[in-house]
Amino acid sequence: MKVKLTIDGKEIATSHGNTILMAARRAGIEIPTLCYHPRLPASGACRVCVVEIEGRAALGASCAIPVADDMVVQTRSPRVLEARKLAIELLLASGDHNCLTCQANGACGLQERAYELGIETLAFAVQSPGYPKDNSNKMIERDLNKCILCGRCVRACNDVQVNEVLHIGHRGGKAKIVTAFDRSYGDSQCVFCGECVALCPTGALTEAGAKFQGRPWDLKKVRTTCAYCGTGCQLDLNVHKGRVVKVTSDYHHGVPNFGSLCTKGRFAYDFIHHADRLTTPLIREKGALREVGWDEALERVAGQFSEIKAKHGPHALAVLASARCTNEENYLLQKFTRGVLGTNNIDHCARL
Amino acid sequence: MTNSIAEIEGAKAILVTGSNTTEMHPVLSTYVKRAVRQRDAKLILVDPRRIALQRHATKWLRPKPGTDVAWINGLMHVILEEGLHDEAYIRERTEGFDTVREVVKAYTPTAVEQITGIPAHDLVAAARLFGQAERAAVLYAMGITQHTTGTDNVKSLANLTLLTGNVGVPNAGLNPLRGQNNVQGACDMGALPNVYSGYQQVADPAARERMAQGWQLDGLPDTPGRTLTEITEAALAGEIRALYIVGENPMLSDPDLTHLEKALRKLDLLVVQDIFHTETAQVAHVVLPGASFAEKDGTFTNTERRVQRVRQAVAPPGDARADWEIISELSTRMGYEMAYESPAQIMDEIAAVTPSYGGISYARIERHGLQWPCPSPDHPGTTFLHKGQFARGRGLFHAIEYQAPPEVPDKEYPLYLSTGRVLYHWHTGSMTRRSAGMVDRVSECEMEISAADAARFSIADGAPVRVRSRRGEIQAKAKITNRAVEGTIFIPFHFAESAVNVLTHGQRDPVAKIPGIKVCAVHVEAA
Repeated sequence: MKVKLTIDGKEIATSHGNTILMAARRAGIEIPTLCYHPRLPASGACRVCVVEIEGRAALGASCAIPVADDMVVQTRSPRVLEARKLAIELLLASGDHNCLTCQANGACGLQERAYELGIETLAFAVQSPGYPKDNSNKMIERDLNKCILCGRCVRACNDVQVNEVLHIGHRGGKAKIVTAFDRSYGDSQCVFCGECVALCPTGALTEAGAKFQGRPWDLKKVRTTCAYCGTGCQLDLNVHKGRVVKVTSDYHHGVPNFGSLCTKGRFAYDFIHHADRLTTPLIREKGALREVGWDEALERVAGQFSEIKAKHGPHALAVLASARCTNEENYLLQKFTRGVLGTNNIDHCARL
Repeated sequence: MTNSIAEIEGAKAILVTGSNTTEMHPVLSTYVKRAVRQRDAKLILVDPRRIALQRHATKWLRPKPGTDVAWINGLMHVILEEGLHDEAYIRERTEGFDTVREVVKAYTPTAVEQITGIPAHDLVAAARLFGQAERAAVLYAMGITQHTTGTDNVKSLANLTLLTGNVGVPNAGLNPLRGQNNVQGACDMGALPNVYSGYQQVADPAARERMAQGWQLDGLPDTPGRTLTEITEAALAGEIRALYIVGENPMLSDPDLTHLEKALRKLDLLVVQDIFHTETAQVAHVVLPGASFAEKDGTFTNTERRVQRVRQAVAPPGDARADWEIISELSTRMGYEMAYESPAQIMDEIAAVTPSYGGISYARIERHGLQWPCPSPDHPGTTFLHKGQFARGRGLFHAIEYQAPPEVPDKEYPLYLSTGRVLYHWHTGSMTRRSAGMVDRVSECEMEISAADAARFSIADGAPVRVRSRRGEIQAKAKITNRAVEGTIFIPFHFAESAVNVLTHGQRDPVAKIPGIKVCAVHVEAA
């Protein structure tokens, strides 16, 4: 059974159980949001997605109210726009929202909403809570002065990753995102999956390693598959000036990870540009390795493989392929081993 | 995996064994945790260690290491006794059931308690949770396979899923969690001694003929080759003279390292192709610099058989080259020209000679991966295997008897040693130990030991310890933790300076040839 309602004068039929926000978006009517994310259960905390519902005195959070038959909804009435503006103005005054020095500049939900609502000056005096920055680790930088208490990190931690580390502590004006006993991330039970960073709409939670490595608009994202475990998470390598400077992910990619990553996938990429990388072929001579060109190295290998094959037969040769290399490379290796070397002595570390 | 990762969330019961899922497959573990927390699934955890997943477990069974067949047979015993098996499924879709029924008769909860240490009433409770669930999934990893009875362990789990009708249906299945990004793909591509890509047997003349035609190559060898551990033995015996190792670091990951090093040093030619100067590269005659995953195009196949794109984001450093280019060049120099222009072209060849990858092309997986079997360009891929009927026709039961592990604690070596990985490091650490965030969290090798054992062997938290087995000795730092249970210590294998595989033994499963790394006996003392 479809539910029929009217949004901004447009008649809409939608599935039972959808929220007003979902119904509107499916009908092409954009309602701005801040604390809402499709990956998370709705919370209705930020009041940015409020709409006017005929017959109800108060404005309602469209992300949390299910549709009902014959509802009449206004998403852009003067009253709605004023309420949204007020919500953003209050958030802008609640903390240190200085875009100039913020790592999230250009990728911030609060900044976006303020711009859309045409906010040019601050309506209220800024009262930043003055929390110390949490620099307790090398992966996640946490500046709660930029936190708008939308609760997305809390839901990410509890409802998506089920790590149950973050909660909203204290009450009223003192409310704050906390770990158990309000410890730093480094001293808490945090496992640094970074789901909270991925879903934070402001600069409160950012990737520590990406700081000053490139602005959001500088970064080229290359979607690829994680190189660690066998889950095969899809992630985006963020590239700036020929270097991978950050790893992000996209909920909308869907399976297998719906934008979730773990600490290794999100933060263990320094090895790519590490000074220890091998950059030239090496040949051992009198115990020591000498740098050589590809031509010399490959001639040596091809020559000695052929020699040993001629002298001891093909089964004196063996190859260990790699569970790290691509399918194409493993395929070529077995073809090379069987077809060129002439032996089936090929294996890899599947057993290890 | 017979089934898919996303299906786990819909299972009614999940049995996790030999998998430290939250640390080794963190994102996959979120499906398990959400199933339990948000959908009321029952989680049965069978593991000697009190791993993080234990917090979410409905029932935690703690067997003595190496006693898996006994408790699995015990679960089946109870399920049969209480009539929780799926009779119609067994009748219509399987064969060999009667032999299993006979064998598990002796595995009463009391008998199983004697072998495994699992209290009889806990075993019964776990069997009920599993047997009563409408759809039950089994997840396992190296804690099940790295045993001298690894094959038996897996077959026993297969028996359990067949007995309860949980293979070939959604939200269930028998699901090995592959520990490396492309270990599934390396197997699929025939980087194994007995099969070509798509598991076509090298000993099968028809398969050989097909490949010879596809490759335009004559005289493909017809006898299966040697496995990794057999290659080591053959090198030591002088039968294998040259070894080409691509992207592996056996000098840290393999059992009984002292023995392995001797074998590698005996080779006339050891070629190592890698991105770092690994422990294995350090004994090589020729070292070739490869490209990392960020520097090349290709595909990886994940644990649910999904073939997904790998894309080049940056250039390789210095003169390093993509492995596919190096292999092609080497082949060309040895007289067989490989003139591929791109990995996409290689995938087209894979599809042409590999039935299960027949429908896979870069165009089709541009956005979303495809799960094999995907035999033709219009095939949508396969979410779960054995739907309607098994690949072989009927699902085959195997009657398996328990065999004790070859090495158990005694007076001289009184503790079990188990090995594995920790959250912040991966395999031999060549990548994670060069990533600042990971090193900041865990920088050295910590031996996990229970408070009771620490007291018994006079070991202080954080103090250096010496760990000795019949094969060698290493040093590590003690960490007293309730993750360890009395009688068993745990040491990760990421750290070359505390290479735990100096201690492990190389005795292998007779079928899979997998070494029994997960169980050996050690002695611990303050250093």
